[in-house]
Amino acid sequence: MKTNLSVGLGKLKLNNPVMVASGTFGYAEEFRDFMDLKKLGAIVTKTLTLKPRKGNPAPRTCETPAGMLNSIGLENPGLDNFIKDKFPFLKKLGVPVIVSVASEEEPEEFLELVSQLDKIEEAAAIELNISCPNVRGREGLISQDPDATFKIVQDVRKITGKTLITKLSPNVTSIGKIAKSAEEAGSDAISLINTLTGMSIDVGQRKPKIAVGIAGLSGPAIRPVAVRMVWEVFKKVKIPIIGMGGIMDTDSALEFIIAGASAVSVGTANFINPKTSLEILSGLKEYLIRNRITEIKELIGSLKA
Amino acid sequence: MKIFQLKAKVLAQTKIKGNCWHCELNAPQVARSSLPGQFINIRVGDNLDPFLRRPISIHSASGTKVSILYEVVGKATEILTQKKKGDFLDIIGPLGSGFNCPKLKTQNSKPILVAGGMGVAPLIFLAGKLAQIESKKSKVKTLVLIGAKTKEHLLCVQEFKKFGCAVKIATDDGSSGFKGRVSDLLRNLLLISDYRFSAIYACGPKPMLKAVADISNERQMSAQLSLEEHMSCGIGACLGCVVKTKEGLKRVCKEGPVFLAKDLVW
Repeated sequence: MKTNLSVGLGKLKLNNPVMVASGTFGYAEEFRDFMDLKKLGAIVTKTLTLKPRKGNPAPRTCETPAGMLNSIGLENPGLDNFIKDKFPFLKKLGVPVIVSVASEEEPEEFLELVSQLDKIEEAAAIELNISCPNVRGREGLISQDPDATFKIVQDVRKITGKTLITKLSPNVTSIGKIAKSAEEAGSDAISLINTLTGMSIDVGQRKPKIAVGIAGLSGPAIRPVAVRMVWEVFKKVKIPIIGMGGIMDTDSALEFIIAGASAVSVGTANFINPKTSLEILSGLKEYLIRNRITEIKELIGSLKA
Repeated sequence: MKIFQLKAKVLAQTKIKGNCWHCELNAPQVARSSLPGQFINIRVGDNLDPFLRRPISIHSASGTKVSILYEVVGKATEILTQKKKGDFLDIIGPLGSGFNCPKLKTQNSKPILVAGGMGVAPLIFLAGKLAQIESKKSKVKTLVLIGAKTKEHLLCVQEFKKFGCAVKIATDDGSSGFKGRVSDLLRNLLLISDYRFSAIYACGPKPMLKAVADISNERQMSAQLSLEEHMSCGIGACLGCVVKTKEGLKRVCKEGPVFLAKDLVW
């Protein structure tokens, strides 16, 4: 039986819906020994800022029940060094490369980042990371405010024709409202979810296990929250959703697709089994065959509720 | 260098003493390319607890076999002890950048290995490699300083001797050898001119490594230190395990775990 796994994110067409999430796959080179990278639906880069960024002090990660906390603080080489040192490897792969970007201080930095990326043909899409819990602007996260979300997406939309993905934070009261703002401002897709803020304490030392205290929780521990948010947003917006949050295997990826995600991103699982994404890709094909479904698109949002 | 992910068959699982275990694995690709100071990242179970892999330094690698020497410190290492001959372990390796061995041992590069506690684990592998390196003068012996809490906690003394190393011991309670810290033993030894031009290779707890770094920096001696830091991925992707160096933050799992003492910022 022939199956069709291709999905669309705005103008961008993916051969299959399995992506890897920003910050969990480096710049792909780190994973070259483990898998045929060409088979991925898309690769999302570690988030870039305009200037090189050192990030937060160590310890930056710790294990938690069915998950982990991280506060890397967006360490990255900056856009120019990325284009010079990291991008050549990525663009040779022939897989859509989605470049994740963030501002450090002022939201206007997004405009400079996007205008530079707009000129680069091989940047297939841009993901606006307005939801990193470890880099806080003066007024919290952009994605915690529907108006601020609307403004930044609208401003960026004016200067690029590339597929724009807005990555949202789960640390909000009404995710639907924020997603709607991003859609109305011209975002082509929504990424759901960034990490949940959390904390873990070393009781012996009475110190937080992460140097800066509060960090972002990822892994299967957050999956039910993420699936719920994808479902809520699916009911609220028409643009495609990229679902992520604790995807470890085929079944967990299917949960997101059935809840309404057009594509899924494997994140923390890359740390544990670097081959997870491609194992899920095979698993999705098998699921379609087993259930006599030819198009994966038929599964998107197919929840019986 | 290529990194492998494979299901390695457990060939032997032996309790050495106290909480210390030795596990031998069949992992031909890893064994062939491993260098002293590198590590493997082990998934001890198939479920979510423990969630992450555990990085453990390579104790020996020869032929088709890789072995680890590890201490039970928590749930993951406890589960590891239950893996019996014939079981399989999902491992990734070899990872990281190991010790930089001299091409030739001379009076000027006479090696001193400093091990604190479980720090003996990767240094045995190094001692074996150093033993293979031709000496210009046959009397150039590798000197090994081992630090432990008590005589009962000492590990690998005979193994180092088998590689032709001279072994000196420091224990906290004086139950064997020098009473005090292994770094103090090193400091005392360096007062003897014979050792002035030695190259130091060290692995152990952070305070010990800091002391060794201070000693080597004061004397402008070359010292390679194997660091430990909490890791999430072990392959350079998550940027969790960074340390401060004079050239900025570096990943312990990728640029390390071995760093030059003169490059580190404490």
